[in-house]
Amino acid sequence: MLEVKNLSASVNGQPILDGLSLTVRTGEVAAIMGPNGSGKSTLSYIIAGKPDYEVTSGEILLDGEDLLALAPEARAAKGVFLAFQYPIEIPGVATMTFLKAALNAQRRARGEADLTTPDFRRAVRGAAQSLKIEEEMLRRPLNVGFSGGEKKRMEVLQMALLSPQLCVLDETDSGLDIDALRVVADGVNALRDPARSFVVITHYQRLLEHIQPDVVHVMARGRIVASGGPELALELERNGYRDYANANAAA
Amino acid sequence: MTAQRAPASNAAELVLAEQFRALPREVASPARAAAFRRFEEAGLPNRRVEAWHYTDLRAALAAPAATLGAPDAAAIAEARKRLAVLERLAATRLVLLDGYFIAALSDPPPAGVALAPTPPLAPPASDPVLALNVALAQGGLAATFATQTAAKAIEIVHLVSAEGAGAIYSRVALTLEANAQASVVERFVGAGAATQRQVSTWFDLAPGAQATHVALIEDAPALHVESQVVRLAERAAFDGFGLVAGGALARRQIFATLEGVRGRVGFSGLGLVDGLRQADTTLEVVHAAPHGQSREFFRHIVADEGTGVFQGKVIVKPGAQKTDGGMKSQAILLSPHATMDAKPELEIFADDVVCGHGATVGALDAQQLFYLRSRGLPEAEAEAMLLEAFAAEAIGRVADPALAEALLSATRVWLAARGQGRRM
Ligand SMILES: Nc1ncnc2c1ncn2[C@@H]1O[C@H](COP(=O)(O)OP(=O)(O)OP(=O)(O)O)[C@@H](O)[C@H]1O
Ligand SMILES: [Mg+2]
Repeated sequence: MLEVKNLSASVNGQPILDGLSLTVRTGEVAAIMGPNGSGKSTLSYIIAGKPDYEVTSGEILLDGEDLLALAPEARAAKGVFLAFQYPIEIPGVATMTFLKAALNAQRRARGEADLTTPDFRRAVRGAAQSLKIEEEMLRRPLNVGFSGGEKKRMEVLQMALLSPQLCVLDETDSGLDIDALRVVADGVNALRDPARSFVVITHYQRLLEHIQPDVVHVMARGRIVASGGPELALELERNGYRDYANANAAA
Repeated sequence: MTAQRAPASNAAELVLAEQFRALPREVASPARAAAFRRFEEAGLPNRRVEAWHYTDLRAALAAPAATLGAPDAAAIAEARKRLAVLERLAATRLVLLDGYFIAALSDPPPAGVALAPTPPLAPPASDPVLALNVALAQGGLAATFATQTAAKAIEIVHLVSAEGAGAIYSRVALTLEANAQASVVERFVGAGAATQRQVSTWFDLAPGAQATHVALIEDAPALHVESQVVRLAERAAFDGFGLVAGGALARRQIFATLEGVRGRVGFSGLGLVDGLRQADTTLEVVHAAPHGQSREFFRHIVADEGTGVFQGKVIVKPGAQKTDGGMKSQAILLSPHATMDAKPELEIFADDVVCGHGATVGALDAQQLFYLRSRGLPEAEAEAMLLEAFAAEAIGRVADPALAEALLSATRVWLAARGQGRRM
């Protein structure tokens, strides 16, 4: 279970999150929608441990453990995974080398043995096939020269390989064509599991037709201002965020 | 005639003069004497000498060590054992021990290559430190690559004997006849903190000759000064790479002249600098003939209180039209106390040329670092992965895959040692 309690954070002295509280139960798929600049990516970065942010109050617990006390790599080993809104290009690092290093680093952190090369290759090949990623792409440097949609698929491939416990998807649907959206949604749905939680950040109801959320949260000005069922996303689609523009607290 | 008054010699210069005077009579020659005079006129360079602006040799060589003599039988026997466990980087191995060519430790040269143990005296040099090398080097090696022959690769191992406390001077002269092809690796092995090493390598390329050269400085002398003099006739091509992974002060200086039309040179390198070390690469490429091409690509990774230096000067002489030059220096600094001095320069005296240069210095990319860590890579491992990628792009200039792999593994050794040092 993910518990974000009264989280306030700023970057370069500018407050962005303002007493945000959010609970995502184990096995739950939670969608977060909200206007541009409301702090969705900031929240996802802080969950993953990006160093640029200053948490001024509050806490983040994963199954009761204080995430904020952990380095990003330790969070990853505990099962936190962020699919970046803008995946980073890493010239000179072959995708396969990176995947293997990441997988084995997490296994080592959990006291497990390294994966053998054949097992590793089999796992990657399987995940790549189901996400319709060409093997040629895996031979390229990580994300370098990938199209926007290819980068997003690569994020989901990493997620599938690392089988995290908490998946935060930051606008994984943006930049995907209609077919790719379905492929990626299928990939995410295949990972749905009673032991795994998802935070799906999106601007579009369309994604939520493919990945049915259990709960929908609305974020505005650095906090969660409304929560509801899937119907909330439909209402937002119709009316936009004007009802929440001046909201000060959860409805 | 009024002789120009030499600057008052300092103590180090007096010691060097003493060493020059003590040379055995049979090696004395007018050329050697002229070279030493050149050195004495200029003296040990300090920072006021432009080409030595970032490396104060006068300060670094305050106490010149006694010159090591030719190794004795015991030293040769001991060297043989160490060479047996040194992995080969080429089929043919030639060995210089303490600067002296030792046939008993070396393979016969490959077909098309003729060896001579004593190098011919080099032409007078303008750089005072190169002049000092010419004046004092007694050992070395000369090889001639026969015309129209593609010789098998050669490695020249510069080994320092176990008791190698002292100064080493040596000279390697490699002559390529017309259309000859040569591939040479020079490795510097076995030096410790009491070694002061000054070597020179002279490449002379006849028309159409092609040479590739890799220098690998992995040991840890107090001083490593390596001068490389490359002369190219028309249509000759030279590709040189240097990996500097050790040495308290390592200075590589390259003097290349494209004397004939359509010559081509590519110089690249990687400096891995940690602790209080300094790695200086200074090169001067002279385009003296039309249609020449030159490329320089140097990268440095500087940690701790290390200093990286890259000075590159490309001179395009009048008449060297259609010259195509490009020079790049890039560095990553890993600590606030690390320094990179980069000075790429162009001096163009012809009008129809395309030349460019650029230099960047930065830190590791924080976004990339976080991305890797968010996937579970510990910080040190993530850093090493990014640094290896940065290094690999420079090493990518080495065409031979086995050599490139050896350079990469030397880089990994350095990265791992650095990682461990930091965790302590
Ligand atoms: N490094 C930074 N420096 C200054 N301001 C920042 C920084 N990072 C984020 N912000 C600001 O914080 C606010 C929230 O940004 P964030 O990226 O979290 O929004 P978002 O909800 O993800 O928006 P979008 O829907 O456009 O992706 C924005 O106003 C943004 O400009
Ligand atoms: Mg965002």
